[in-house]
Amino acid sequence: MFISFFLDLRKAGIPVSITELLSLLSALKAQLADFNIQAFYYLSRTALVKDERHYDRFDQVFAATFNGLENDMSLDEIFASIPDEWLKKQAEKLLTEEEKKKIQSLGGWEELMETLKKRLEEQKEEHHGGNKWIGTAGTSPFGAYGYNPEGVRIGQHESRHRRATKVWDKREFKNLDDNVELNTRNIKVALRKLRKFARQGTEEELDLDGTIRSTASNAGYLDIKMVPERHNAIKVLLLLDIGGSMDDHIRICEELFSATKTEFKHIEHYYFHNFTYEYLWKDNSRRYDEATPTMDIINRYPSDYKIIFVGDASMSPYEITYPGGSVEHWNEEAGSVWMQRLLTAFPNAVWLNPDKEKNWDKRPSNQITRQLLSNRMYPLTIGGLGSAIQILLRKPVAAPNIEFTH
Amino acid sequence: MSNNTFQGTNDYVATEELTMAVNAALTLERPLLIKGEPGTGKTQLAIEVAKSLDAPLIEWHIKSTTKAHQGLYEYDAVSRLRDSQFGDDRVHDIGNYIVKGKVWEAFTTDKRAILLIDEIDKADIEFPNDLLQELDRMEFFVYETQELVKAKHRPLIIITSNNEKELPDAFLRRCFFHYIRFPELETMEKIVDVHFPSLKKDLLAEALGLFFEVRDVAGLKKKPSTSELLDWIKLLLAEDLTAKTLRESNDNILPKMHGALLKNEQDVHLFERLAFINRRQRNDQ
Repeated sequence: MFISFFLDLRKAGIPVSITELLSLLSALKAQLADFNIQAFYYLSRTALVKDERHYDRFDQVFAATFNGLENDMSLDEIFASIPDEWLKKQAEKLLTEEEKKKIQSLGGWEELMETLKKRLEEQKEEHHGGNKWIGTAGTSPFGAYGYNPEGVRIGQHESRHRRATKVWDKREFKNLDDNVELNTRNIKVALRKLRKFARQGTEEELDLDGTIRSTASNAGYLDIKMVPERHNAIKVLLLLDIGGSMDDHIRICEELFSATKTEFKHIEHYYFHNFTYEYLWKDNSRRYDEATPTMDIINRYPSDYKIIFVGDASMSPYEITYPGGSVEHWNEEAGSVWMQRLLTAFPNAVWLNPDKEKNWDKRPSNQITRQLLSNRMYPLTIGGLGSAIQILLRKPVAAPNIEFTH
Repeated sequence: MSNNTFQGTNDYVATEELTMAVNAALTLERPLLIKGEPGTGKTQLAIEVAKSLDAPLIEWHIKSTTKAHQGLYEYDAVSRLRDSQFGDDRVHDIGNYIVKGKVWEAFTTDKRAILLIDEIDKADIEFPNDLLQELDRMEFFVYETQELVKAKHRPLIIITSNNEKELPDAFLRRCFFHYIRFPELETMEKIVDVHFPSLKKDLLAEALGLFFEVRDVAGLKKKPSTSELLDWIKLLLAEDLTAKTLRESNDNILPKMHGALLKNEQDVHLFERLAFINRRQRNDQ
C-alpha cells in the first residue's frame, strides 16, 4: 500500500525518493502515527514533501489513496470544500430563472457537486481549454472563464475557514508551477550568460596570491591583501502574461520560469493579463485581492533591475492604445502609458514572445508593442533568449516617447 | 517518553501538525526544516523546543556572507603567520589556531543539544550542499589536525528558511519539512491567550477582528504577523484601552497604536487614503 502511494506521489510529480520513503517507514515503526489517520497524514507529509508548493498535489494523492480508510466524503463536506462565498455569489447574481431550470437538466445542485468532486480527483494537472476538465477558457461546467451556464468558477477565492479534519480534501489551484523539470539544460545555459560576475561591495576575502606576492616583495614581512567577494550582480524583474491567448504557451513559460528562479539571486516576478496597466500581481489565484500597484513596483525597485516581459502580445490594439481598453477592467490610462512608465524607470528591458516569429507582423498589437520597446522583442527560443540577453547586458537605449492620438 | 517528545509549552502554541514534525525529527534524529511567513514563530520554535526538553540551545544565525565551514571550524592562518613573525611558541601547535564553530559546539555538548540554523536561505546557493555530510552522519574531519569530530549525542537540528532561495534536493532529502501556515482566528486566540492571559474577552475579540481586517486590506507592503499582533496588544494593555474605545477609534480606519502593526509609511498612507474615502462616502450619504 505504501509502495503504491509512493509511486502515485512520483507520478503526480512530487520528487520523493526512496530515502524519504524509508524514513517514513522507520517513523511509522517508531509508532509516531499511532493508527490515527490524521497523525499519519501529518507524518507522511512532513517526511515526504519538502516544498509547500507540493502540499496541494500531496493532498490529492493522499485523498485518492486513503479515501477508503474512513467513511466517504459526505455531501456537506463537499460543499465545505468549495468556498461558501462562491456558492452564495453564484446563486444570487448569476442564476436567472431560466438557468436554474438548466441546472436541473444536469441533475440539480447535488449532482453538480458530485461530478465536481469526481473531476477534482481525476484531474492531475492544470488544464486549459477543452470541454471536460477544470481549468480556464473551456466549456466544462467547472473552472474559470467558462461558457457553460452552470459554470462553477474555481480558483479565484480560497476558503478562509479550513476545518481541522480532512485537510487534504481542501485543495486549491496553483500558480505557474516553477518546478517543471527541464528537458534540456539549454534555457539555463542561455540564462547563465546573463549572470555577470562583478566584484562589488566591501573588502571581504583574503587575496592569498596577492598576499604572498606582496609579502615576498616586502622582505618577508607580512602584507595582507584583501579582495571583495564575488557575487551575482544581475537583478531581474520578470513580468509574465497569463491567461487568455497565453494558454497555448503555458508549458514553455513554466520552463522559463523554473530556470530563472534558480539562476538569479535577485529575481522578482509579477503577472499581467495581455498588457501592463495600473496593477500587477504576484499570485495568480489571488489576483483580485492582492494586486500590487504598478507605481509601487516602479518606486520599489532600483533602476538597475532589468525587465523581461513574457507574453504573446496578441490582443486588440485598443487594449494598448486606449484608456478603458482593457478586457478585464476599466483602466483610466492606456496600457501604452504604463508600458512607457515602466520602460523609463527600468530602461533595460526585453520582451520574449512564445508565439512564432512569422506570426508577429500579422498582429497590429504586436507591431505597436515592438514600437514601444524599440524593437527589443525576441522569440522565446534558445536563440532568441541568447540575443535578448546580449541586449540586456548592453547599455540601455532610451525608450521612445510615442503618443497615440484617439 | 514524556521527556523525549515535544507538546508545545506554556508560552508557545504548537499545532498538531507542528508537534508531529518536531517529534518525527526528534525520534529519527533528522534535521527539521521550517518555512513560513515572517513572524509565525519559526525561530521561536527552536527556543521553545529547547526549553521544553531542557536541552542546551545553540544558535547559528546565517548571513549572506556566512560560509558552511565557519559552522564547523576556522583555521586562523593569518594570526599564526603573524605569531611566527614574532617567534611565539604557540605557533608549533596548529590546534591553537583552530576556532570551533557552532556545529562543533553542538556535537560536543554533554547531552542532546538543539542546534538552530536560522535563515539558511540568506547564505549562498551552495551553502546547504556544503553541510550535507555533516548533517547526515553528524561528523566531520578537521584536516589541519587530522582529527575526526563525531557528535557525542546527535543534536536536533532546526533549520529555518524564508524562502528567498530554493534549497538543493539532496539537502531536502535529508530533512523533515514543515510549513507553518498563518494561524487561523481560533489558533490566534489561543496564542494571544498564552501571552496575555488576563486580557478581557471583548477587547481580544475586537483587537483580533481589527487585526484580521488590517491583514485583508489589499496592497499592503508588509502584512502584520503574529509577532506584530502581540506587540500591538501589549501597547493596548499598557494604555489601558477598553474594547469600547477601540471600537470607536475604528471609525478613523487607522486603528489605535497602528505603529505596532504597520511598519512603513506607504502602508500608513494607504490607510489614510482609505479613511479619507470612507469619510467622504459617509458624508455623501
